[in-house]
Formats: sequence, structure tokens, C-alpha cells
Amino acid sequence: MLDQILQFVLTGITVGATYALVALGFSIIYNASDVVNFAQGEFVMIGAMSAIAMSAGENGLSPFLALPLAILLTIGVGIMLQRFAIAPAKGASVVTTIIITIGASIFLRGVALLLWGKDIFALPHFSGEQPIHIGNATLLPQNLWVMGGAALLVIGVHWFFNHTHQGKAILACSCNRTAAQLVGINVGKMMMIAYGLSAFLGAMAGLLVTPITFTSYDAGVMLGLKGFSAAILGGFGNPMGAVAGGVLLGLIESLSAGLISSGYKDAIGFIILLLVLFFRPSGLFGKATAERV
Amino acid sequence: MKRLSGFYLLAALVVLLPIIFPDNYYVTVVGVTALLHAILAVGLNLLMGYAGQISLGHAAFFGIGAYTSAILTTRYGWDPWAAIVVGIALTGSIAFLVSRPILRLKGHYLAMATLGLGIIANIVLVQAGDFTGGPDGLGDIPTLSLFGWALDTDLRWYWVMGATMLGTVWIALNIIDSRSGRALRALHGSEVAAEMMGINTTATKTGVFVLAALTASLAGSLFSHQQSFISPDSFSFFFSIELVTMVVLGGMASTYGAVFGAVVLTFLPELLVVFEDFEVMIFGAILMLMMIFLPQGIFVGLQTPFRRRLTRRESPIADTPGE
Amino acid sequence: MNIRKTLSTIAAGILLSLAAGQTVAADSIKIGSFLAVTGGASFLGDPELKTLQLYIGEINAGGGVNGKQIELVHYDTGGNPKKSVSFAKRLIQKDKVDLIIGGSTSGSTLAVMPLVDKAGMPFISLAGSVKIIKPVKRWTFKMPHTDAMAAAKIFGDMKRRGISKVALISGSGGFGKSGRTQSLALAPQYGIEIVSDESYGKKDTDMTAQLTKIRDTDAQAILNFGFGTGPAIVTKNVRQLGITLPLYQSHGVASKKYIDLAGDSAEGVRLPAAALLVAEMLPDTDPQKPVLLDYKRKFEAKFGPVSTFGGHAYDGLHIALEAIDRAGSTDKEKVRDQIEKTQGFIGTGGVYNMSPRDHLGLSLDAFKMLEIKNGDWTIVQ
Repeated sequence: MLDQILQFVLTGITVGATYALVALGFSIIYNASDVVNFAQGEFVMIGAMSAIAMSAGENGLSPFLALPLAILLTIGVGIMLQRFAIAPAKGASVVTTIIITIGASIFLRGVALLLWGKDIFALPHFSGEQPIHIGNATLLPQNLWVMGGAALLVIGVHWFFNHTHQGKAILACSCNRTAAQLVGINVGKMMMIAYGLSAFLGAMAGLLVTPITFTSYDAGVMLGLKGFSAAILGGFGNPMGAVAGGVLLGLIESLSAGLISSGYKDAIGFIILLLVLFFRPSGLFGKATAERV
Repeated sequence: MKRLSGFYLLAALVVLLPIIFPDNYYVTVVGVTALLHAILAVGLNLLMGYAGQISLGHAAFFGIGAYTSAILTTRYGWDPWAAIVVGIALTGSIAFLVSRPILRLKGHYLAMATLGLGIIANIVLVQAGDFTGGPDGLGDIPTLSLFGWALDTDLRWYWVMGATMLGTVWIALNIIDSRSGRALRALHGSEVAAEMMGINTTATKTGVFVLAALTASLAGSLFSHQQSFISPDSFSFFFSIELVTMVVLGGMASTYGAVFGAVVLTFLPELLVVFEDFEVMIFGAILMLMMIFLPQGIFVGLQTPFRRRLTRRESPIADTPGE
Repeated sequence: MNIRKTLSTIAAGILLSLAAGQTVAADSIKIGSFLAVTGGASFLGDPELKTLQLYIGEINAGGGVNGKQIELVHYDTGGNPKKSVSFAKRLIQKDKVDLIIGGSTSGSTLAVMPLVDKAGMPFISLAGSVKIIKPVKRWTFKMPHTDAMAAAKIFGDMKRRGISKVALISGSGGFGKSGRTQSLALAPQYGIEIVSDESYGKKDTDMTAQLTKIRDTDAQAILNFGFGTGPAIVTKNVRQLGITLPLYQSHGVASKKYIDLAGDSAEGVRLPAAALLVAEMLPDTDPQKPVLLDYKRKFEAKFGPVSTFGGHAYDGLHIALEAIDRAGSTDKEKVRDQIEKTQGFIGTGGVYNMSPRDHLGLSLDAFKMLEIKNGDWTIVQ
């Protein structure tokens, strides 16, 4: 039994680490621009799919070139999303921006469908597929890559927002845009950095997990949904809350699949999320908001 | 009755279309779907547009109505009309029960909670296969008959769906103009301010939430009898999103806007099929562009400048969009 | 308002292109089709559409059927039953087709069955569920082997290997669920006990939790019903957890893609599949062999590796055209009768012998039990 639970936990953390990176992306964009970006899952897909496309075939690039290029491409898509879809709709209501990002996610999926087709693709494991045994539980080296990579990225993001000039400037934009502008912060540039960073996290998540999970043009939908759930669970707009929410959601799913019912595991995840919201209407680590009168 | 002139125009359009184009696929087949979507969108618009409460799980109520009708008529041999009533009662009770805790939430948290509810409902439809038929769905659902008049052609369904849609629009317009309608709009503006004015915000929100759910349930039952086959795919999270899109696309807080959004979003994919592989991309692009350039919705967005031109000479006061 | 001008230009463009699509050859056979060309079931619909287009082009180039050209009208359902219903209506009412071949997924097929029955439209389904032909519906026929046949074939093989306790894991899509139901119903007939019954979601990325539970049961083999990424992940997870039990997959993974994705982990996996995957290995005396090799050559010359799913479209198209040929017209009643009288048709799925009581007409021999060895299919004798 204990062996089983150890396995469920290891699985849960791996899956949760992916959710955490997507949730972190949601959080950063929301903080910077008050937009819930439902195209966040598509960043994950674009990162993975473009890396696969660039390294495929005989004339394919080496992975050392393809992976960075895929990341740059995804960042470019993120910045373009801000420039051409979010920025022109300045002052639109929250629901309108939600529909815009949903439109963007459908659009990106459509482009991926045209460019790369409908097939399912895989990336090679970074360092072999020999399972690592921990007691009776097993892990793949790639699981360690996912956990380690996610941890490093989270620490990096934390450091960026708390210790760099630009990170603090983005936070200032999110608090009060006009005030930020008045003290000489280039709000437009900060927005681009926030969207680029968010896309970067998505691409990294895609590259890290695709060896285990495979990918296809429509792989972003479910990840976007789970990432949003995780961000809400942790408290929307709190980056570290989003990370905690992601890992927690992964654990809940894995433990309920193992211990209760695999058919209803997603339902159990959402029921727990609802219960949390009923008792803490701003998520686990979110600040209660007062309505402005 | 100047304020209802829009309604008469809509009614005339619904009545005239099948007379001018009898047996036209776009009228009697796509049209029926558009009318169904319009019923759902008008109901959801009461909640979203007027009470300002977002719901990303509306397909769940649509599904509960549809499945109650389907299960009672196929498994227990009930009369379809009785099944519809039970469906509405059941959906109403469920909506009432969940409304209290859910409507305490705000903004994105409310969006998440309703989204979660919708997904849970869909998972139950898929997993409780012995009862719901699982992902393969439920078939052989009998059609409705009205005073011995069996609804067995697309045209007959068009009339029933059209009448129901007009009824829904009529009720929605009247609610908005009533005392509770003003309470609703106050809610959208500011809840605290509404409370200060003596409006029972919780009761008002619960009321409109349940009403929207009832409308969806009725639409679900009709859908179930019209299609004679239903499966969980028709009640998924994607359909909830589609409904929200209809409301926002037409223009929030405009009943006609909701109808317009439903019609546009039903016909758009139908027209885009000629683009084959490009369909998904074009659909996404159109959705994005319309919302970027007409953030108030197409109907409201295009109507405002037009109306302003008409009223310019009469009054200098800027009008408020929508009905 | 520039944008309004742009929007109206777009609208006009759409209308024009619609009008352009309406030009129709005067006297032709119109075959309608609605397939899941995109979406989660695109691996079914995509090769099906390609096959239909490939062969209709070829037949037209050779002069058509009865001197008439064949015209294909097809729509992409994305695997959505609601869309399937509206497209089926469009085919019947607007396009006025003579016959429909389509419905890649069971959900789509089941959704349109009442409709084609009412309209009196011959319909050849390309979906798997046994519910499509049991009970027999007058106007609906079906090409692929049923999920019940797959379960029977698998249990038969298990019985020969002395396996009596099986752990079942299935996807929560229509295919997986339906396969699960059939497996649970059939197992007792083969003296097999299902000791574990797990499931996973369509887009799940890790099934180690379910498999860890299975590992701790006394199961002697694992059976996985599903398609898409699920079965490949299950296969990898089984090996990762160090489970050495025999693993059986369903005919839902009968394409090279599965071996590509699962890699070394797929070694030793067994599955029932149509003979198409192992055409070269069949004895020369096998009547199916020339048909299979011919289809494979033509399809692969244009599109890459074959899957059995495209083969169903080949079978459906040819059975339909032969029926129209025999009927001497496109009269729907006559065509329907002729499809029902199909005897000894050698297709990619097997040899079809239909009757008023059997609208599929395949026997259990149509399935071969395959095992994956050295990254390729082999036939289990």
C-alpha cells in the first residue's frame, strides 16, 4: 500500500509540475494585464510541435539548435498575441478579452493543423528511458527533468519579479498602470516582456513533458484548462500560489485515480476545487478582494 | 408600443423565412439549430448581460434537461411532455441548490466554479454509462406531438422552436423592463450600491440563475426530442464556451444581440466548411477580429453609430446600447 | 468604419465561393460523406477521406460506373455527433446524394441512424460499435469489425495461452467505453474473470496510478481498449513499472503510428487487426492478398503508411458501387437491397457476406491476431 502511494505521489508531482508551469503563465499575464489568457495551453503545444518539426527528417536541425529556436518562436507568438490581439482591444471588458484569447487559441490550433498536420508526435527522452527504482516505485529520468526543470523555472520567475528592475516594473504596471506610466515605466514594453515570459514558460513545459506525454495540434486545450484550474485553486494572480495549485491538482488527480476511481478522477479534482472555493472564495493563497464602489 | 417594435420585426422574420424559402436547408435545418441556440443565448444573457454573472458551465443545465427527457421517455416510457416538466423541475432544483454557494464567488472564481460544474456534469454523463448510455449516447428518443400533430418534419420543428424562441425573447424583454429588471441592471453596475438601494442581491442573483437554467433545460428537452439521439459531446465544456461567445459576440445586455450572436455563430461554421482544412484557423481569426474591433459585440457595436445618426437631431444625449 | 467594409467583403467572398461550389455534373452518382477528418478521431477520418478521394478519382478516370461519373460531397464533423446530424441532413436535403458512406466514430453513426432510416437513405458506416448492426436497422450497413469481435478474438487467444484472470483498462471515449462493455459481457463465455476495471481520460498523460493498482492484483494479462495517445502511454507506463504481464491492445491502435510512439515498449504486445497490416506475410493462396497489396501500394504511393481505417472506406466505396452497378440505377430502395445481397466481396477488412439479418457480413476469421516483434507486425499462428 505504501509503495502504491509513493508511486501515486511521484506521478502526481510530475503531472502537477506541468500544470504548475501553465498556471504560472496564466498568473503572469493576468498580473500584468488583467487578461485570462486561454491560449496559454497553445504555447505548450507550439513549443513542442515546432521543435519536432524543425528536428524532423534528414535535413532536420540538431536538437541543440531546434530546441532554442522553438522556444524563440513561441516567445515570438506570445509577443504577437499581445501586440495584435490584446493591445488593440484596450479597455474591453473581461469577458470580451476571454473571447479574444479563446479566438486566438482556436486560430493558433488552426495554424498548427495546417503546418504540422493531425498526427501525434513524440520527442526523444533527454537521457534514456531506463526506469529509476525508489523502493517499489519507479520513475523515468524524464520525470526528473520535468520536476527539476519546473523547479528551476519557478525559482527563476520568483527571482525575476522580486529582484530585477524589470520584474518590479511589471508588478508596478499591474498595480496601477497610470501611476507606472507617470514614473516613467514603458508599459507597452513591460506587457511584451510579460507575454514573452509566459510563452517561454509554456514552451519549456512543452519541451520537458512531450517525451512522456506526446503532443498533437490540439494538445493545448486540456493543458490550458487544467492550468487555469490550478491557477484558480492557488489564488488567481499569486504566482507561487499558482505553482502550489498545479502540484496540488496533479497530486489530487493521481491519488484519486489510484485510491478512489480512475473514471471519476477529473471530477474529484473539480469537486475539491469547488469545495475550496466555497470555503475560500479567493483560492488557497489568494488575497480577498474588496469590491470598489 | 414602440419599445416592442424590435420584437415584432423579429417575429415577422421568423414567420416569413420558411414561407419565402420553404424546404431550404439553411432555414429548416440550420435555422432550427440557430433558434435553439438563440433560446439558450437569451437565457444566458439574462445572467451574464444583465446580472453580470459569468457562467462557463451553462451546457450542464442544457444537458440535464436533455438527458432527463431522453431517459424518462426511452427507459421508463414516460409521456414526453411530462418528462419535459420533470426535467425543468429537476434542473431548477439543482440550479437553486448550487446557486447559493456558487454565486457568492466573483469574477474569475465564478467562471472557474461554473466551468467545474459543467465538466463534472459531463463526466457523470460519460461515466454513468448504464444509465446515460455513456459516450455512445442514447437513441430512439420519441418525437413530440402537439394535439395529435406529430413533430416529424424539420419544418414543424422550425415552428415549435421559433415559437419557443419568440416566447423566451418576450419574457426576457418583459423581465428587463420590470422592477426586477432594474434590480438586475443595478447588480451589474455595482453590487454594493444595489444593496444600499434596498435590493436583495442574493435573491435577485439566485432568481436569474435559476431562470437561465430553466430556459436551458427546456431547450435541452426540445433538442433531445428533435434529434432523437443525444450524447455527452453535445453538452461539453466547448458548448458552454460557444454559448458565452454567442452572448458576447452579439453584444452583452441586449436580448436581440444574443439572438443575433446565436444566429451568426450557428451559420458561420456552416459557411466555412468550404474552406476545409483552413476552417479552424479562419473561424478563430474571425472570432478574434470581431471582438477586437467591436468589443461591445457586433449587434450593439454596429447598432450604436446607426442609431446615433437617427437620433442626432432629436436629442443630444448619447443613448445606451441595447434594449 | 473600415472594419465594416472588410467584414462585408469577407461575407461576399464566402457567398461567392459557396456559389462556385454548387456547380454539379449533370448526370452523376453522388456519394455523400461525413467524417471526423479533424479532432481526436482524425486518425480514422483522415485516411478514410483520402481513400475515398483516391479511388473515386481513379474510377472516374476509368470512365465511372455505368457510364456515370462519381461525385463526392464530404464534410468534416470533427468527431462531433451533433455536427454529424446536421451534415447528414445537409447531404440528404441540400446535396441530395444517392448514398452516404461515413460516420468515422460510433457516436456519429448512432446519431444519424434514425435520420437515414426516416429518409430512406442507404448508409454505410465506418464505425466500430456492435450497437450499429445489432439490432439490424433497415438502411444502415457497416464495414469495420465490431468491438465485440475484437474482444472475442482477444479472449480466444488468452484462453489458448491459459490466461484466466485479466485486468481491463479503457479510455473514456466512445471506443474505449464500448469496448469495455463488450469485454465485460463476453469474458465469462471464455472462462475469463476481469479482476480489475480501470479507465483514463482522453487527454490523460500518465496512467501509472491505474497500472500500479493493476500490478498489485493477481491478473495474468492486461487488456487495453482505446485509441489515440492513451494506448501508447499505457504501453510505456506498463514497462516503466516493470510489469511483465502480457499486454493486449485493441484494433484501435492498428497503425504504424502506435509502434512509433510506444517504441521498444511495444515489443510483445498483441492485438487483433485486419489482414491489411500484414499483407505481405499472408500465404499466396489467401484470396485477400492481391486486394490488400493493391490498396496498400496505391495508398502508400500517395500518402504514407496505411492503416486499417482507410481500408474500411475502400470496402464501403466498392460495396456501394458494386451494388449500384447491380441495381442498374441509383434508386435508393434497389441499391439498399443490393448492398444487403453482397456476397463474397473480398475487401481489406475480410470477405463480406451480408444478409437481411447481418449488415456487416464478416466472420471472426477476418481478424488476425498480431504480435509486435522487432518494431513490426507478425502474425500469431
